[in-house]
Amino acid sequence: MKDINAKTPMDKLTEGGTIYTAGNAREFKTGDWRSTKPIYLKDKCKQCGLCFPVCPDNAIPVNKEQKREDFDYDYCKGCGVCAKVCPFNAITME
Amino acid sequence: MSIRERLSGNEAAAIAMRQINPDVVAAFPITPSTEIPQYFSTFVSNGVVDTEFVAVESEHSAMSACIGAEAAGGRAMTATSANGLSLMWEMIYIASSLRLPIVMSLVNRAVSGPLNIHNDHSDAMGVRDAGWVMLFSENNQEAYDNLLMAHRIAENPSVRLPLMVCQDGFITSHSIENIELEEDEFVKKFVGTYKPEHYLLNDKEPIAIGPLDLQAYLFEHKAQQAEAMKNAKKVILEVAEEFEKATGRKYSFFEEYRMEDAEYVIVCMNSTAGTAKYTADLLRDKGIKAGVLKIRVFRPFPAEEIAKSLSKAKAVAVLDKADGLNAVGGPLFTDVTSAMYVNDVKVPTVNYIYGIGGRDTKSDDIEKVYNDLAEIVKSGKVENPYRYLGLRRDK
Repeated sequence: MKDINAKTPMDKLTEGGTIYTAGNAREFKTGDWRSTKPIYLKDKCKQCGLCFPVCPDNAIPVNKEQKREDFDYDYCKGCGVCAKVCPFNAITME
Repeated sequence: MSIRERLSGNEAAAIAMRQINPDVVAAFPITPSTEIPQYFSTFVSNGVVDTEFVAVESEHSAMSACIGAEAAGGRAMTATSANGLSLMWEMIYIASSLRLPIVMSLVNRAVSGPLNIHNDHSDAMGVRDAGWVMLFSENNQEAYDNLLMAHRIAENPSVRLPLMVCQDGFITSHSIENIELEEDEFVKKFVGTYKPEHYLLNDKEPIAIGPLDLQAYLFEHKAQQAEAMKNAKKVILEVAEEFEKATGRKYSFFEEYRMEDAEYVIVCMNSTAGTAKYTADLLRDKGIKAGVLKIRVFRPFPAEEIAKSLSKAKAVAVLDKADGLNAVGGPLFTDVTSAMYVNDVKVPTVNYIYGIGGRDTKSDDIEKVYNDLAEIVKSGKVENPYRYLGLRRDK
């Protein structure tokens, strides 16, 4: 499926656009739907862990030390829920 | 061996469905097609079919359930009429664009309003651009035969489009006529088992059906549907040929009745063709060269073949059992005339809107059309190409 893109001729497209592989939502970068953008202020962050469970798009990566990292803007749609739940003002919306 | 029976059009359709034995039938009752799911649910209760019958709460859900079943890898069928089809409208397009070969028995009825439950073709004409293969049936025999051929056409890998078999509400759906049925075993073999290449319930191949299809893709996917519709022409003829070899009953894109030397030709669909043939016979006895072109395959529209068939006529009348309400004529008329224009056939042609809301169309009415055609040939001009047949009007 990876070889199908906006230049693929009609005879090489699947019928009805059916996708014959699983787990391909990752390939569809939805970050450009965003109109406001969350900014992560690392200095203010206490790693309390309240923000990433509320992200509807799994756009706050968490590393092996259970610490959050900067936003994954490929998928963040800028809903602002994370900024709302942050008790330390470590996320601002721009 | 064929079995001689006498059945209504609805019974014939239900029996065809019993013999096809689809995996799922989802339907909601609506006059005049109600009897089809009613008879079919009896077959389910009596255990003579293996079908899962889904008694849905609306036609929108009936078509949605058929889409789900067909996408899952099953064979799904339904039946409806008029406003039931209108309620399905959104899902009608989903079915064809997802390339799901669902088969529907459409018993034609006027789409309200004002409220009317009788026959015309406004329901079918409302979905004529939806990407479904559309077959029309003159009588119960054709409604039955078209259903037996339906899956072979719809499921062909070069087609994969849904298909509807139309017949006239009450006029054929509720009239009992002689019919030749085929043996259950023959139908089972002729229709065959459905083995889709890709389907949702295949745990070896997880797939996603109907994804977001934006500017970069929908154009090409629609062109694929158009291509499939063109491919359907060849498949329809191949299936008809095989069907004729087995049953002796011949089908094509259309039936040409006394067309060899016909000067005055009536083009029509469904039951009116019977009246038109009868009238053509009466006129032939008087030495008037009348002919009938009965369209069976309305989608894909066999434009080139129709134009060729009409090319030797002196005048043509296209009978539409649905008005286009576009101030120029009915949908069949605009399709036939554009087919003639594109294929360089120049024959004076008129349109008659007729039979709306179940208004009877008798042989006298048809004879008037033939007389009008003779008048057109005599005068050499078509005064008004957009006419109503048998309309009450003061001036």
